Amino acid sequence: MKLSEIPAEEYLLEGNSACHGCGSSMALRTVLKALGKRTVLVVPASCTSVYQGMYPGSAIAVPVVNSAFACSSAVASGLKASLEHQGIDANVVVWAGDGGTYDIGLQALSGAAERNEDILYICYNNEMYSNTGIQRSSATPFGAWTTTTVSGKKEHRKDVAELMMAHGIPYVATASAGYLDDLYRKVRKAKRIEGFRYIEILTPCPPGWRYSMERTVEVAKLAVETGMWILYEYEHGVLRLTGVSRAIAAGKKKMKDVQEYLLLQGRFSHLSSAEIQEIRKYIAERWKKFADVRGGEHAVAAEFFV
Amino acid sequence: MTEKLLTGNQAVAQAVKNSRVGVVSAYPITPSTPVVEEIAGMVESGEMNARLILVESEHSAMSACIGASLGGARAFTATSSHGLAYMHEMLHYAVNARTPVVMAVANRAIGPGWNIWADLSDSMSQRDTGWIQIYCESNQEIYDSIAMAYRVAEHEDVLLPAMVCYDGFVLSHTSMPVKLDDLSEFLDEYEAAWRVDFDNPSTHGNITPPDYFMDLRREVSRSHERALKIMDRVEREFFETFSRKTPLIAEHYRLDDADTAIVAAGAVSSEAKIAVDNLRRNGIKVGLFRIRCFRPFPVRHTIRALDGVEKIYVFDRSVSIGSEGQMFQEVKSAFYGLSSPPEIYGCVVGLGGRDVTSMVFEKTVMGEIEPGWIGEVIV
Repeated sequence: MKLSEIPAEEYLLEGNSACHGCGSSMALRTVLKALGKRTVLVVPASCTSVYQGMYPGSAIAVPVVNSAFACSSAVASGLKASLEHQGIDANVVVWAGDGGTYDIGLQALSGAAERNEDILYICYNNEMYSNTGIQRSSATPFGAWTTTTVSGKKEHRKDVAELMMAHGIPYVATASAGYLDDLYRKVRKAKRIEGFRYIEILTPCPPGWRYSMERTVEVAKLAVETGMWILYEYEHGVLRLTGVSRAIAAGKKKMKDVQEYLLLQGRFSHLSSAEIQEIRKYIAERWKKFADVRGGEHAVAAEFFV
Repeated sequence: MTEKLLTGNQAVAQAVKNSRVGVVSAYPITPSTPVVEEIAGMVESGEMNARLILVESEHSAMSACIGASLGGARAFTATSSHGLAYMHEMLHYAVNARTPVVMAVANRAIGPGWNIWADLSDSMSQRDTGWIQIYCESNQEIYDSIAMAYRVAEHEDVLLPAMVCYDGFVLSHTSMPVKLDDLSEFLDEYEAAWRVDFDNPSTHGNITPPDYFMDLRREVSRSHERALKIMDRVEREFFETFSRKTPLIAEHYRLDDADTAIVAAGAVSSEAKIAVDNLRRNGIKVGLFRIRCFRPFPVRHTIRALDGVEKIYVFDRSVSIGSEGQMFQEVKSAFYGLSSPPEIYGCVVGLGGRDVTSMVFEKTVMGEIEPGWIGEVIV
């Protein structure tokens, strides 16, 4: 895809109050370009509730409905039904963080996915509660420091994208703020599909992950290059790795050691070699799981080990 | 116009259909469940043109209604008890978001121990959320109240959600004749005040700093004050349209020359009326002031209606634990500071479905039962 294909229109405006180097705002800018004007965003409590700006201003140039924390999927369901009932065509899109997706919003998300509501749900995953000041979420990776896991998180993260695949929805994809062209393409595709669609974007957070603000793209790319974050699409029962993850699986690109990713971030600076080894093991097991899927035991087929 | 034998829940469903609601979202809970079942049947058969969203919780039901209302559709849900409690956060949300959602509440006790029977504590404990609250005595009143609630809630001077409350089982599952008037003569299509506009996009509900927030709340509060005026008008227009007197703020029953008054709301009022009739036959000058609208609380109506009365007995089928019945608090507060106010007594009755008979009212007025918590079932 050529960069010139991405529209020049801006829907996330200058002067928004996101932190410097915010991965979420980079991703949102791209997502809105892919969705275009006829889009309504439903935003639960999250960093985006803050960086969209304060009343009476707004830094988002499409209609936005701010929802309570737990219920963005339900608000979006009602909004879509309402617009449909009046014959109004629009992309109804939830834009939620990992707190609003993995934790407090999970029940409403599962309900809307099971009902196959015609909405696009995008989780920008910065692997913690950033907005309340860096607390653990169930998306926080093993070993990561947060203000509520001061010696590092003891558990591995759960994976809601996999959970969404188990719901049998038409489209699931993962993306990274390091590869905005890939994100753009996935949002464009999701926009054309009817039913419940889920995209999860890894969006590094400089103050939370403790790295210097100009390195967001580098960190977001390294997450993929080291196998910590896997890029894929799941469409009508077929799983397909994309981008760098696909190249790694095909043996065209060597997976980098995860230490390179961890060393960049202060949140991992306390890790012992045994803990780093535990993360290596987690990565290997996760990749093996994705590879095993190809064997045909499940109703999905992965083609990345070709 | 047809007249049918309907339960309270069926009356709700018919009123929702005839109010041309666009989006219904709900989660089942006893005793309001049949409302959703009735609507589901009508939507599936095509008898009702609406979108039905069968969500996974009451919190989501109210959330979906708020989303639907913001999207420009007339929205409805029904619930009871724990379901209403589970919605609590979104009840506040619907008020500040200014979404005129109407909700039917089949009143039921909140556990534990599990109790599915009539008790107004569920809706009374939501009194500070900013919802308009209307309490019903009969199934006809339930039907009428749904339409009236939309008229008030959607009025440009109000723009607030409204709940129509009726005692679980006593009304929700009991059949009565209900006149199913054509509500299109009374209620127009919904015109939303805030709409999703792609050419002039705006952001709804973003951070509202101290410079603005108190004004937002002040405006909500003023809307409640204005709602009473609108209710007066809606009550009158309802009568002009259907030639049926359905009070919306309060009903005065044989109060004109009364020196003693009973104050009550909901289904127990029917028993209170029997008590009033019996006492009147024995020469006791007693009447009933039946509160229909508890929020906004009609202070001036209350004072006017009970002017000249020497004794007032307020019967609450609910209680604010650690204090008293909620209506008792409000009635006392209404008379605060007036010269020579009446004696006002509070009675808590009928919690968790305990039967409330006319004898309870009679014996209390006659001084044979002490006011306070009245647990006796006298038949």
